[in-house]
Amino acid sequence: MSLVIENLTVRHGAITAIDGLSFTVKEQELTAVIGANGAGKTTLLRTLSGLKAPVSGSALWQGESILNCKPEDLVRRGILHVSDGKTVIPELSVKENLALGGLWRKDKKDVAVATDEVIDLFPRLGERLSQSADTLSGGERQMLAIGRALISRPKLLLLDEPSLGLAPLIIEQIFTTLDLLRHKLGLTVVLVEQNAMSALGIADTGIIINLGKLVTTGKSKDLTSDPALQAAYLGY
Amino acid sequence: MRLISTLLIGLSSGSIYSLMALALVLVWRSTRVVNFAQAGQAIASTYIGYLIIARTDNYWLALPVALVAGAIIGALVDIVLIRTLNKRVKSGPVASISPVIITLGLLGLIRSLVGMIWGGDLRAYKAPVTNHGFTFGSTTIPFSPYNLLTVFTCVVVMVIFSAIFQKTNLGLSLRAAAFQPEIARLAGVRVDLVRTIGWAFAGGAGAVAGVLVTPTNSLSPNSLDLLLVLGFVAAVIGGLESLIGAAVGGLILGIGLAFILEYVSTSLAFPSAFIVLILVLLIKPSGIFGKKGGRDA
Repeated sequence: MSLVIENLTVRHGAITAIDGLSFTVKEQELTAVIGANGAGKTTLLRTLSGLKAPVSGSALWQGESILNCKPEDLVRRGILHVSDGKTVIPELSVKENLALGGLWRKDKKDVAVATDEVIDLFPRLGERLSQSADTLSGGERQMLAIGRALISRPKLLLLDEPSLGLAPLIIEQIFTTLDLLRHKLGLTVVLVEQNAMSALGIADTGIIINLGKLVTTGKSKDLTSDPALQAAYLGY
Repeated sequence: MRLISTLLIGLSSGSIYSLMALALVLVWRSTRVVNFAQAGQAIASTYIGYLIIARTDNYWLALPVALVAGAIIGALVDIVLIRTLNKRVKSGPVASISPVIITLGLLGLIRSLVGMIWGGDLRAYKAPVTNHGFTFGSTTIPFSPYNLLTVFTCVVVMVIFSAIFQKTNLGLSLRAAAFQPEIARLAGVRVDLVRTIGWAFAGGAGAVAGVLVTPTNSLSPNSLDLLLVLGFVAAVIGGLESLIGAAVGGLILGIGLAFILEYVSTSLAFPSAFIVLILVLLIKPSGIFGKKGGRDA
């Protein structure tokens, strides 16, 4: 019961973005995928969430393939992708953005419970329910996007650069919340980050990729204490 | 009296332009297709309504039948043509221009088919109430019970539409899929299905516009072409993205044209519609309701 990726290759036209990548994410673990710009991190997540079709390879979640599926079907299997940058729909209100996460669910009682939980977790969203999502700060948008995913009761959460464009204090808050959430809800998380130290700080396992290929993988503690890796990939 | 009557006439024709504009905006903002075939879809639906009137003499049966037919035709256009096209051409200049050319081709095709089935001659479309103006004492104004009915029907359709869009889960899905399809997908919205529903709504609105406008002139395979053009002008005035903009754009256009027809010159009315179209595009391309770079519900 885990996410098993084998020999995954994804291309954008002539450019190979992911090149024969293999790794395993254990259930209820948080795996941080680290790499520079253009390493293929975003492409990896877009492939796992059904937005992008791979050239070859396999990806199994709970023993079943998730490649070449529609994103909306994967959502129904508990795979939620919070994309980077544009994460919410600015033309809709905060309440409507949250509601999207529960539209497809049949258990409307639990949608209401999950919505209340999200508002308890992020009280700032609760204060702004009727406002347009356009009026939110970057950190609030990230909370809204994560909140919307939580209302879908995810099992596997794919997070793309939640720290993008946020102030250090807000980043810390988001990471602390993430750490809390995944233990509480037993989530399996794939966290893609350029902010390597923060990500490895809450991760069980780290995966370092470069130009679409696996550089190394290991326990996040071991990775952060390896001087060679620090110099090359962890940004100091 | 003349002033009020002109205003009311403008309101009546404007409400039909609003419906047509609504149909165009619905498709544009959900699939980025400028749907010239809308006039063809509407004319086919109007002829289906004509069949009902010819058999049963019942306009009130023809209207909903045409609406449903229009919705089905709209959904089919999306499923058969637009989805297939989107699968084959994904990006580049061809991707943005080919849907427009396809809808132009479809417009021609539907008009020819309608001509083959029903012939090209003008047919009278019987109104459910009289189209002779109201009489007050000794004066008769151009505004007729049928015009009143037109305004009423358009308002009802608009209210139903806005209730669906603003108050229902389907409406939320439609808006999410139109604004940010990728985020909508990642939240679990079945965007392809929702888009087809948008096309169906548009087809239904266009059909109602066709059935409402036809009794005031007559029915022929290309009798709705002018309505399509005026619908475009109304949609552009309203900013192409906004449903409220489409409604208001239609009313502004209808009232403006009615005043020019009544007070200036009959021959100037339609040229001035195009002048408005060009001026709006030159001065404020995003229309009166369009936000710069953004979109509005």
